[in-house]
Amino acid sequence: MKRLEILLPFVGVAVLLAVWSLTVWARVVDPVLLPSPIATFKAMWVGMTSGKLGVDFIKTVERTIYSTVIAAVIAIPLGILLGSSEKVYRSVEFLIDFFRSTPASAMFPLFLVLFGVGDRTKISVAAFGAALVILFNVAYGVMNARKTRILAAKVMGASRIRVLWDVMLLESLPQTFVGLRNGVSLALVIVVVAEMFIGSTDGLGQRVFEAQQLFDMPDMYAAIFAAGALGYGLNLLFLTIERRFVHWSGK
Amino acid sequence: MAGAQPVAKIESAGKVHDSSQRTAPHVTIRGLTKRFSDATIYDNFDFDIPRGKLTSVFGPNGCGKSTLINMIAGLFPVDAGEILFDGQPLNRIKFGYVFQNYREAMFPWLRAFDNIAYPLKVMGVPKAVRNARVEKIVANLNVKIDLGLYPYQMSGGQQQLVSIMRALVVDPEILFLDEPFSALDYEMTLFMREQMQRIFVETATTTALVSHDLEEAVYLSDRILLLSRHPARAVEFVHYDAPRPRTDKTLSEADFISTKAHCLEIFQREVRKG
Repeated sequence: MKRLEILLPFVGVAVLLAVWSLTVWARVVDPVLLPSPIATFKAMWVGMTSGKLGVDFIKTVERTIYSTVIAAVIAIPLGILLGSSEKVYRSVEFLIDFFRSTPASAMFPLFLVLFGVGDRTKISVAAFGAALVILFNVAYGVMNARKTRILAAKVMGASRIRVLWDVMLLESLPQTFVGLRNGVSLALVIVVVAEMFIGSTDGLGQRVFEAQQLFDMPDMYAAIFAAGALGYGLNLLFLTIERRFVHWSGK
Repeated sequence: MAGAQPVAKIESAGKVHDSSQRTAPHVTIRGLTKRFSDATIYDNFDFDIPRGKLTSVFGPNGCGKSTLINMIAGLFPVDAGEILFDGQPLNRIKFGYVFQNYREAMFPWLRAFDNIAYPLKVMGVPKAVRNARVEKIVANLNVKIDLGLYPYQMSGGQQQLVSIMRALVVDPEILFLDEPFSALDYEMTLFMREQMQRIFVETATTTALVSHDLEEAVYLSDRILLLSRHPARAVEFVHYDAPRPRTDKTLSEADFISTKAHCLEIFQREVRKG
């Protein structure tokens, strides 16, 4: 019985595939709108290995990674700086919360004017959205560093800089990773939306949109699943890095 | 522990540590005043902590037991008054401090060994020397814990033992402990009392211990400082000179029972005054 429990996560997948197959087989939905799972996964396989889908997938990965890296490079040091003084953070808190609450998609026209139609706009809007999420989490991570731990370092004679470096920075790491995971998810959302609408010639968003325009449903579903797999994979990647480097998280 | 070099310099030049001073009080507290917004905790408080003794601080809730050692150890600022260690200010001496909340006082990202070595790293001691000093203290205290573990992989008692070693690794002139065993279960507390006693016998470091457990305070101490409600006065400075190592048998000896009863009587009198 215990051994079978590791199969539990697959139950939902199996049920979904069964319901899907049954729906197609019973012709509940127009077969043009809903291809069979086999047709979809075949389209995905062909697309990823020899078709355009693979190229688009790589493009979207690149844009998402670029924007997340840019966001992290800007937001992590800034978050540490802001978080190390509660007064400074409080003074910019409203701005951060305001822009964090602004839908990044509303910024597209502005960024289009600034950066033109191209990768720079997509990457910079995604980086903008992700940076605010990361910034907010890092700053909170630093501010919520355990007072006792900081006191412990001070009592051992550690200077302010050393306390910041040896204690606050490490204390903020679990929260930083929360920010990075949320940031990369948001970046992916923004990149995919940008690829759909701002004059794109490649990327998963463009693939989904184009397949829909051509009424190539297996291709469209394949691209959607590819985007889902990418989002899941990125989250898993960051979780794995976190478990490896922030082993004390939650303990 | 900051300023280890200046201390060494003074030692050779001014002979602050010459042996004739060995019976003089280690810490002198004069005119200590501390107010919180709602109460005066200390008002012109004078006290001497004797050298090489284990002194416990005991008193009613909220009288400022922890505040006292936190001010002596420089964790809280004082409003007025002077605290000197062999005539020197805190930043000229090496001291160790053990927090009640070991879980939050340890660094979970460092292995136990590196946690113990951390204060030496702050002092700028080279890595090889740091390692040697940690090895030495582990051997001296006969500690049998896997120091390759992270704190969160250890029991509460082991973590607190690690944090005591972290406080001792700098060879402190004075060791402060703020209710070090009160977050541990009873079995672990009994074990840690024995460890503490062994450490004290081994190192004879001047030790100031805040306790909320009278039995523990008397059992471990040479001196018990009984405080009144705030503004705190030293109601009595009780001596308890039973030989060490003290054992379970000590707890049923007449001397122990009468000392504890005496402290309890004073304590209850002070509590009723509030």
